[in-house]
Amino acid sequence: MSGAIWIIGEIDDDRLLPSSTGVATLARRFGAASGREVVGVVVGVETEEAAAELAAYVPRVLRASVRADEGWLTPSAAAPVIAGLVAEHAPTHLLVPATPGGKELAGALAALLQWGVLANAVDLAWDGRPLVDTVIFKVDMRVRSTFSGDHGLITVQPNVVAPEVLATVGVVEAVAVLGAAESGIRAVVRLVERVRVPAPASVEGARVVVAGGAGIGGADRWPLVQALADALHGAVGASRPAVDAGWVPFSQQVGQTGKSVRPDLYVALGISGEVQHRVGMRTAKTVVAVNNDPDAPIRQFADLFVVADLHEIVPGLVASIQERGAR
Amino acid sequence: MHIVIMVKAVPNTAGDERLDERFRLDRVAADPIINQNDEHPLEIALRLAETVPGIETTMLTMGPAGSWSGINKAIAAGVNRSVVISDDALEGSCALATANVLAAGLRKLPFDLVLAGLDTSDGRAGIVASAVASLLGLPFISRASEVSIDDGTVVAKRLRDDGYEMLEAPLPALVTVTQTVGDLRYPSLRGIMAARSRSPETWSLDEIGLSADAVGVAGATTSVVAVDPPSPRPPTRLVSGDPASVVREVIDFLAERRLVS
Repeated sequence: MSGAIWIIGEIDDDRLLPSSTGVATLARRFGAASGREVVGVVVGVETEEAAAELAAYVPRVLRASVRADEGWLTPSAAAPVIAGLVAEHAPTHLLVPATPGGKELAGALAALLQWGVLANAVDLAWDGRPLVDTVIFKVDMRVRSTFSGDHGLITVQPNVVAPEVLATVGVVEAVAVLGAAESGIRAVVRLVERVRVPAPASVEGARVVVAGGAGIGGADRWPLVQALADALHGAVGASRPAVDAGWVPFSQQVGQTGKSVRPDLYVALGISGEVQHRVGMRTAKTVVAVNNDPDAPIRQFADLFVVADLHEIVPGLVASIQERGAR
Repeated sequence: MHIVIMVKAVPNTAGDERLDERFRLDRVAADPIINQNDEHPLEIALRLAETVPGIETTMLTMGPAGSWSGINKAIAAGVNRSVVISDDALEGSCALATANVLAAGLRKLPFDLVLAGLDTSDGRAGIVASAVASLLGLPFISRASEVSIDDGTVVAKRLRDDGYEMLEAPLPALVTVTQTVGDLRYPSLRGIMAARSRSPETWSLDEIGLSADAVGVAGATTSVVAVDPPSPRPPTRLVSGDPASVVREVIDFLAERRLVS
């Protein structure tokens, strides 16, 4: 029997990150297309809860608990453990969420296994071999790639499919960690201090995202973005120039080096729509863009393109929505 | 103390980049610049060199030979040395081969700290830095917004969505830094003059001890099967005019799609 396809679930604070559930859903479809078994894998210090969460999406989950000296485990520190499990169980392909932690892990796994990597997949198919779709440059151009050998790592862009739970919850098996990792991971990276700060609502799972760009014009005008987001019960997002200007935290950046979102409604205020931004919001269902430049690139992929001074119309939109009520 | 910064020459995405007949990026047609996210590790290296005495900075890149404007800019801004690993056989290298090549290059360089950006605007994979760290057995810290060096240790502030972590690791180590660090400074006139006498060193595959069949098209672990044109989009509805009527039209549109009540 051919080797299995593994989806590596991402753990943070002992919980499965929500972005892993959509990737697991895509993994399941990929497994059905290939006729291969799909297995979820969770590695961490406390894995019981995260493994159970992943088992809602894949029929079988392996969980490996490790001891981390001094209690610390960075995403790539799990790579030697996963590489050991790969050597023992011989899966052929690993799927990893293309999140910051997932990318870190995928790089370390590629190095240890010497497997090729296809990054930021937006869709997967099978034709005797994996076919991995990504989008590049002018974004809607779809590039289909495959691996030269029998093995490969695929990082999957979060939010390309909506998570779908299984009718029957999967089985979780605790597995032993082999080799050097058996005695626990030696944490060469040490946690000195963790500081939590109140964070704005996450754009990743938001049903509505209202994002601002350079066209907002200044920190004093940023509350316009917040006001529209509040009226629509949405999260605040941003293009890179707005983040670099310091108007909004890095955690809200949408696009390359930022988040990938999949809202029902994406409102882009003063965002020109460069490729780097577009890669993060291309799966939004409805896109409304407001820009005073009638030739802004975002025009090409907006459902509704409003040529206007956003400062003149956003307050009116907020008032009108408040009157009617958002859905 | 030596800091090596890994950077990549990327096509200027504002330009008219295109794929050649083998589905590879035509790097001649695309005017290369320093990958934007690689400006931040360069800048943080120069700041460290200002505050810690005796730091030497080296920029390491794999790509087209010769001087391109991005390399010259970094040298003029104050990077002490630059090494370009360049070889015809490298053309078409996959992400894994790129990591293997950079790791082999680092083995030939003195370093205590290696810095890199989060990802590149062309590949966008964001995996090369952690792959290089694993290949060399280095402690790896990602997403640092601040980096300091103290007595054989690197301390980094790693950004999280819900705050940050202060992490430390023994040197040598590899750290990736975020855009919050800021862009590479503008070179001074003196720096620009001084850069004229410091051209980049070019190393071949032989010099880093790798064989041609392990890299490039010959050693690629991945290949492109097909490139499809954009799928057709529904037409964009345009709205303009006086603010009150624009607001009405936007609300009508949102109501039509049941996005407002």
